[in-house]
Formats: sequence, structure tokens, C-alpha cells
Amino acid sequence: MEQHEPGSLSAPQLEAVRRSAAGGRMALSRRSLLRLGGSGLLAAAGASALSSCGIPPAGRQPGRSSSADHSDEEKWFAFSNWTEYIDVSDDNKHRPSLEEFRRRTGIKVRYTEDINDNVEFFGKIKPQLAAGQDTGRDLICVTDWLAGRMIRLGWMQELDQSRLPHAFANLGKGFRDPDWDPGRAHSYTWTGIPAVVAYNRKATKGRTVDSISQLLEDPGLKGRVGMLSEMRDTVGLTLLDMGKDPATFTAADYDAAVSRLQKGVDTRQIRRFTGNDYIDDLNKGDLAACIAWAGDLIQLQADNPDIRFSIPKAGYMTATDNLLIPNEARHKKNAERFIDYVYEPKVAAQIAAYINYVCPVDGVREELAKIDKSLADNPLILPDAEMTEKSHSFRLLSSKEETEFEQKFAKLIGS
Amino acid sequence: MKTAEAPPPASAAAPPPPAPGGATGRRNLTPYWLLLPGILWLLVFFAAPMVYQASTSVQTGSLEEGFRVTWHFATYWDALTEYYPQFLRSVLYAGTATLLCLLVGYPLAYAIAFRAGRWRNLLLVLVIAPFFTSFLIRTLAWKTILADGGPVVEVLNALHVIDVTTWIGLTEGHRLLATPLAVICGLTYNFLPFMILPLYASLERIDPRLHEAAGDLYAKPFTTFRKVTFPLSMPGVVAGTLLAFIPASGDYINAELLGSTDQKMVGNVIQSQFLRVLDYPTAAALSFILMAAILAIVGVYIRKSGTEEIV
Repeated sequence: MEQHEPGSLSAPQLEAVRRSAAGGRMALSRRSLLRLGGSGLLAAAGASALSSCGIPPAGRQPGRSSSADHSDEEKWFAFSNWTEYIDVSDDNKHRPSLEEFRRRTGIKVRYTEDINDNVEFFGKIKPQLAAGQDTGRDLICVTDWLAGRMIRLGWMQELDQSRLPHAFANLGKGFRDPDWDPGRAHSYTWTGIPAVVAYNRKATKGRTVDSISQLLEDPGLKGRVGMLSEMRDTVGLTLLDMGKDPATFTAADYDAAVSRLQKGVDTRQIRRFTGNDYIDDLNKGDLAACIAWAGDLIQLQADNPDIRFSIPKAGYMTATDNLLIPNEARHKKNAERFIDYVYEPKVAAQIAAYINYVCPVDGVREELAKIDKSLADNPLILPDAEMTEKSHSFRLLSSKEETEFEQKFAKLIGS
Repeated sequence: MKTAEAPPPASAAAPPPPAPGGATGRRNLTPYWLLLPGILWLLVFFAAPMVYQASTSVQTGSLEEGFRVTWHFATYWDALTEYYPQFLRSVLYAGTATLLCLLVGYPLAYAIAFRAGRWRNLLLVLVIAPFFTSFLIRTLAWKTILADGGPVVEVLNALHVIDVTTWIGLTEGHRLLATPLAVICGLTYNFLPFMILPLYASLERIDPRLHEAAGDLYAKPFTTFRKVTFPLSMPGVVAGTLLAFIPASGDYINAELLGSTDQKMVGNVIQSQFLRVLDYPTAAALSFILMAAILAIVGVYIRKSGTEEIV
């Protein structure tokens, strides 16, 4: 302020200038009254604008769930999937199973790899689904808990089983009746995803790591243990290790498992909770041992012979990724035809041979053996009886439990 | 000339332009018409989202029941008491990274402005070059650079530098990844160009004859820098620190990839509350608190550094 005052003024003049500047701001004038009234109005308008912004309850709006089906006049449908989740030809230019589908049916698949993360994908499509609008996708592939949530919210369409003869007949026994979608009314499984213990033999100096207890307590692994930021896999395996069944556990069991993990965080045993980026860390040996998804391991082992996995004696978790048709999808019939197509054992084998995750299709073993015998014998792709025995899945959570458990888990992982 | 400046689609509704002769009593509306696109842009992309977010922060409910405005201001207090460590950490990490950016960036900007000669443009391109790859990829690259068995960690361990940083609490054991130091380094690296460019712009404007004059008046090089160069570059320093500090304090990628559970910043909390826990009110309240905190810090900083004219 001072520096702008001209130096030629006398002291009383300066004083007057200051007073008038202060008075101009403070004095009650017509202008300041108007301004006061204006800001009052603005505040009132702001308050009403704020209160009109609520988010309506999610839920099925009857009669709006299935829009007109344009499958017959538009010979295509849009399929959103995860990256590296369907077979690709050796020159990286073709997707053989999609092209074969087009040859056979004349239906083109608009295939997009735009799912990287369940929660992010949910954030992306939620506004349209909540508003009862078309997401522009006719078929999506998401993990079971998110599929369950969206079915619960009434955002997914019921499938017409009469158009799914192969899928109905060939769906493996263990996948038939999940608690989040009884009788598979809305979904069919794309893959099963076992979460097991993996380790880098070079980083553990040749030692075997085969249980969650060892991950959490072995001093030789301190600071080099990775857990998954996928709550159901990490907590599920911990529950199994504590002798609890993830299909029936109580809230107290959950708390006990989380506090056991918290101890691992506090003692600096656990280095990080990761998404897919654990692959790189394990490969380099920055993580000596971690919880890992089986399909990744098969691909990683091909490059790095030091990567090993073990199935914990207490059992392991299997999640599933599932195909669903969102409300308002314009090409439901085409999408259903595709679901049925991927349940033909030959096609299923072709996809499984590339992506190396558990294939839920009965009768795939012979077809897979024709492509590569070692894949058909790999228990991580086609679990044998002993493996199936140890497989567990996380129970369906109510909306309230989901919020509460995710909150506790978020706190565990630091955010 | 004035009629030509009015945007054509709106001209039908526009009042007749004042007579070119300079009619008195009528306000000239042309500047307001020219402002219209900018104001609309602000309304749609800034004001509307802010109102929506403000509303979200005082709602309660769940995904199933919907969210309604219940003026539940306690969300702010709860969010602050629950997540103040992450807030403090954000300010601390972003502040440290900004300081490091200044220490690294100033000499570089100085060299480019005064000493680079014909290499100047090439060096500037090199400063910006990392932007040609994605932020995420650049941060992931740091995981390889700082890997446990990597050359950086081995050299620093051999020199016992990591023992010192561990003693200070910046690292843990004999590693760099998943420690505060890694997060700060990542932030410094990612926001360095935002510091260098404004610094360069303000240094480059300084007339070299001022340096000669200072020399003629028997100022040593360091005195010249202290009394002439640095004060004249203050606008660049302030602009650079703001451009580095503000995005760094809201960043979550570096903490996510290079840090551990104890290095999570407020951006991670907002992301996890919004996407994972689906607690939209808390996420919105946290965003507002962060915004207010940054505004306060920046306000005080600008006051103190006395360069009101640049902002």
C-alpha cells in the first residue's frame, strides 16, 4: 500500500488519503448495502443449488432395463474386456477367435481393452447405468464381487438361457451357482482367477515359501513381501490361513484377519499392497514373495525360471471374471450369441491357451491337449481334483458390509 | 471495428453497438461479449463441478439408498481428524520436492539462459522431452532405476549414504523403493520441468548489461547474483514453486507406485474413498479441505515473497 502513495503529500494529507480509503471500504453506503444484499441472494441461490444436487437411489426402474434390441439390423456388438485377455495371433494383428466368430455368424465384435481395474471401471460406467442410459457397451467382463454389486443394483440384464445352449451345458460344476448370481441368471464366467503364493527363488536364496503365515512372519522376507490391493484375495487367504472359511466368516473374523495383516504392516514385513504391478517387482526380486494371480505366474515363469508358486495347505482363493450385459445395451442377442460361442470347447481352449487362466468350460481338456499338452496338465489352468478341493471363494457381502470392510481395508493399506 | 469484434452467433441478441463517434452515457458492451466464451467455459467446467462437489460433501447416504443433501458438515471434521497424517505428509513431501526442484532447477535454468549459447534451444527441448511419454510410464521407470539390486542402490549402499538417510528416517533398511525418499525423488523428477520453464523465462529476460554494470561497480560474481540476478528472477521463482507445489501436493501416482502404506498422500485417500469405499461425501470434503489448504499456503507464500504483480 505504502509504496503507491506519492511522496509529495504532507503528513495530514496522507492521513486523509488513508482515512478515505478505509472509510470507502467500511462506510455503509448504498453500494455496500446492495453488495450485501447481492451476496445474501447469491448464498441463498447457492444453498438451493447445492441441495438440488443429490444422487438418486440406484435401482431397477421397471420396464427400462431392456431397451429395444437392434441385433438383427446392426450386425455387431461392443465388448469391453481387460488387456491381454483374449487370444492374439503371433504377428499381433489378429484376434483369431473374434474373427472366427464373425466368419461364422456375420457379427463383428467391436473389441475394446478398456478395463484395467474393477473400481475404476465401475466409476466410469456408473453415471450412465445409474441414469438408466446406454453405456455403449453390450458385453463387459468384471470380477465377481463387482458383477454381484451391479446385479444387486439392478443394472445388469437377465440372460435368455434358450439362446445359450453351449454355455448352459458346458459351464463347469464349480461355477454353476455362485451366491451373488443364483443359477447364473445374469452372468457367465470368462475365467477363474486363483490367488496363490508366489516367490522368486533367487530372492529367497532357494527357500520355499508356502503359506500366508510365512509371508507375514518369516524374518528372512522382511520388507520384501507383497500383498494384493484386491481386498477379497488378500483377506480371504489370510482368513484361510487362520482356519476360517471365507465363504462363511463373521465380521469378527474379518477384523482379526485385518489386524493380523496390520501387524505385518507395522513390523515392516509387508512392503506394499499392489495391483498388477507386483509382476515386475517379483520378476526383479524387489518382492521376494507375494500373493499372485495364477495366470500371470504362468506367463512370468516362461520368462523367468526362478519364479515359483505354491498352493497354501490351508487353501487358496478363486475369484472369477464374468461376462455380463448391461441395461440398455443395444445388441443383447448378438452378445448372447458370443457368450454361447466362447463356451464351445474348441474356442475355449484356443482362448485359454493364450491367456492361461482357469477355463470354466467342461470338455476343454481334450481340446487344450491338442494345442499344448503341458497346458492341459497345468493345474493352474485346469485344476485337478486335489486343487479343486482347496479352492475357496469369498462370500457375498451386503451393501453395508461392503462399505465397512472396504473402509477397514483402505485404512490397512494406508488410504 | 467494434461490430466486427462481436461474436457472430450472439450478435442477433446483442444491443446495437455504440456509435463510432463515442456516444456518451452508454456503456460499451463489446468487452463483455468478448469475455463470454471464457465466462461460459468457467461456468461449465469450473463453477458447475465445484457446486456439485460442494453439494456432494454435505450429503449422506449410500449407493443403494441414494445420496441426499442433509447439510452434514461433520463430514469435514471427521475427514480431517481421520486423515490429517496424510494431509501433513502431502504438504511435507510436496514442499520438500518443490525445494529440491528449485535447487536442481535454478542452476540448470541459469546455465540455459546465460551460458548455453547455441545449445539453448536443444537444452530446452531436452527439459520438455520427458513430457512426450506418459506420466505413469515415467514414474514406473523410476521403479527400475531405484530397484533393490540396481546400480543406484548398490552405489549409495557402498558409500553408506543409505545408512545416513535411514538414520534420518527417509529410507528403510538398505533399499530406496517403498520409502519416503523414493516418493520425494519421484515428485521432484516429475514436476521439475514446471520449475525450470518459468525460471528460464524470467532469467532470460534479464539484461546481461546489468551483470556487467554490477561488475563495473566492483560486485563479486556472488554479490551480483545475490543483489541483481536473484531478485530479478523472483517472479520466475514464485511461479515455478507454485507450478511445482500445487500439482505435487495433490499427486497420488508417485506415492502409489514408489511408496509403501506409510507414504500414502491425501490424493491416495481421495482416490480410495471415491472409487473403493464409495464414500463420495468424504472424498468431496477431502478435496475441498485440500483446496482450501493449498489456497491458504499459496496466499501466505505470495504475501511473504512480495510479488503480487505476477498473480
